[in-house]
Amino acid sequence: MLDDKITSETFWEGVWENNPVFVMLLGMCPVLAVTNSTINALAMGLATLFVLLSSSLLVSLIRNWIPKQTRIAIYIIIIATFVTVVDYVIQAISLDLYNALGAFIQLIVANCMILGRAEAYASKVPPVKSLVNALGMGVGFTIALLCLGSVREILGSGTLLGFDLFGEHYQQWVVMILPPGGFFVLGGWLLLFEWLRQRKEQEES
Amino acid sequence: MEPTGLDFIFFNAFLASNFVLALFLGLCPFLGVSGKLETAFPMGIATMVVMLISSVCAYFINQILVSYDIEYLRLISYIAVIASSVQLVEMTLKKFTPGLFRSLGIFLPLITTNCAILGLALFQTFKEYNFLQSLVYALGAGAGFTLAILLMAGMRERMDLARLPSVTQGAALSLMIGGLLSLSFMGFAGLGS
Amino acid sequence: MTETTVEKPSSLRMIISLTLVSILSGIAVVSVYLYTKPIIDENKRRAIEAAVLKVIPDAAGYQPFLLEDNTLKPATDSKTKGLLFYAGYDQHKQLVGLAAPANAQGYADKVYIIYGYRFDCECITGVKVIKHAETPGLGDKVITDQSFVANFDALDAKVNVEGSALQNRIITVKHGAKTNPWEIDAISGATITSRAIGKALDIGAGQLLPQVLKFRDQLEAQ
Repeated sequence: MLDDKITSETFWEGVWENNPVFVMLLGMCPVLAVTNSTINALAMGLATLFVLLSSSLLVSLIRNWIPKQTRIAIYIIIIATFVTVVDYVIQAISLDLYNALGAFIQLIVANCMILGRAEAYASKVPPVKSLVNALGMGVGFTIALLCLGSVREILGSGTLLGFDLFGEHYQQWVVMILPPGGFFVLGGWLLLFEWLRQRKEQEES
Repeated sequence: MEPTGLDFIFFNAFLASNFVLALFLGLCPFLGVSGKLETAFPMGIATMVVMLISSVCAYFINQILVSYDIEYLRLISYIAVIASSVQLVEMTLKKFTPGLFRSLGIFLPLITTNCAILGLALFQTFKEYNFLQSLVYALGAGAGFTLAILLMAGMRERMDLARLPSVTQGAALSLMIGGLLSLSFMGFAGLGS
Repeated sequence: MTETTVEKPSSLRMIISLTLVSILSGIAVVSVYLYTKPIIDENKRRAIEAAVLKVIPDAAGYQPFLLEDNTLKPATDSKTKGLLFYAGYDQHKQLVGLAAPANAQGYADKVYIIYGYRFDCECITGVKVIKHAETPGLGDKVITDQSFVANFDALDAKVNVEGSALQNRIITVKHGAKTNPWEIDAISGATITSRAIGKALDIGAGQLLPQVLKFRDQLEAQ
């Protein structure tokens, strides 16, 4: 049962406890595909955040008005509309960025996190609460992308946000910016979090 | 092999640009439904069927959109078509082969949010494939998805019997295996050129 | 959930709600499209301009042209079929060279380039990679590697006496094996991407240049 009260938990749930990437393993495709540099990861995170915020707000606003049977179709149309908007806005801001992200901007539509939020949360609570929660989820998602993007860029190219970190003698660990690197780095982060969780449990008991 | 040849398109989508292991499409079912071989196989086949149907639909929709100069509606119409074709496959299976329908169960609706399907429709548009090329591309991508998920399921079944440190159990291990698979599939890159 | 009634809404209501949402989404998408289109077109034009002026070193301005069925006409609509190229003029409005897009299959996907050609040396004077999906750190060396880029300072692209094809087809050779001016010295470790650029040039220039040379007078008069 979801009540209408907004607590700090409404926001922080998405950032930490139920982080969409590290805990719920949602929206994995963009997480692995576009995180070969920090700037791509940031752009993808912000684009997803925007779509999540606006679709959550809209779904929540019209939640009492749409018939149950057609709700999924309506959610999908709403999400696809906002994604198309983001797609054109990014093209207008920078063609280079658009080419780097490729089709993955349009694939935000198929990010199960957004549809999942609309169905399981935004359609059941008032607009402000769903907005706060979506903000938390989006920030959590962006942080996760940045965690992957920065590690992969540092190891794979020896740079961070394009700035050279180690000088020219650094032997780049190219595999990290290749597809396998995405799997390895995310696997590594999950191992770290699991280890931390188990240690905390042991300390408590 | 010529880059526009049907054999190249098939093998490229099947191995070198494998949808799961090289393009990161369809990871949710890849990680979620790869626990057992007996569920992984129907999932792969169902995805392939939906891929073929949506590829054909997407091809004709794109023809219409291009002829009226309304490409900006592409994304919305593609996702609508995919959602409906999944529904269609679901209803057909339920009516004609209830046994198969029951064994696929919850996997079918999940295919809608499988970005591999939408990715396929978008990529075949970007690559400007003709009808036959699109069809072969969908076949290769579907076969590649099935191959990846089967390999993964086979390895995870063995992993269940192995003695592992408690930290590595769960998604982290699956991702590491995925990384190794992806690394080995990189050997196929540059195929035919 | 607060609702307790489980009565089925009429199909009319479902249809109305779906239609309404679709109409609103259509309006939203169209207005954003119309608003961003001029900005996007300007971005694309600027990207092409930068590329064209870079690959024809002495050019100060350019004109887009289309070659279709052995006739030359100014390119206005990008959608018409035909061979697209950009004629480059220096500050005295003299024709110096041309630039044209080309592509070939690389390691992961097609590599899209724009190359420049000078009429006086009959050679390719520059290559700019527009779009690629090659391995970062390996395949993208074709953009950053100085000795590879130097291949295109003056890559021979003479048209044969009959004016039907290139006199020597452009080929990519292994690193360090370049002996002729029409050969491209590949980057070791990025051979396939190097080869893709060579192939794009060979096919693109081999198709375009013999035809364009017939219209050189017409281009100079522009």
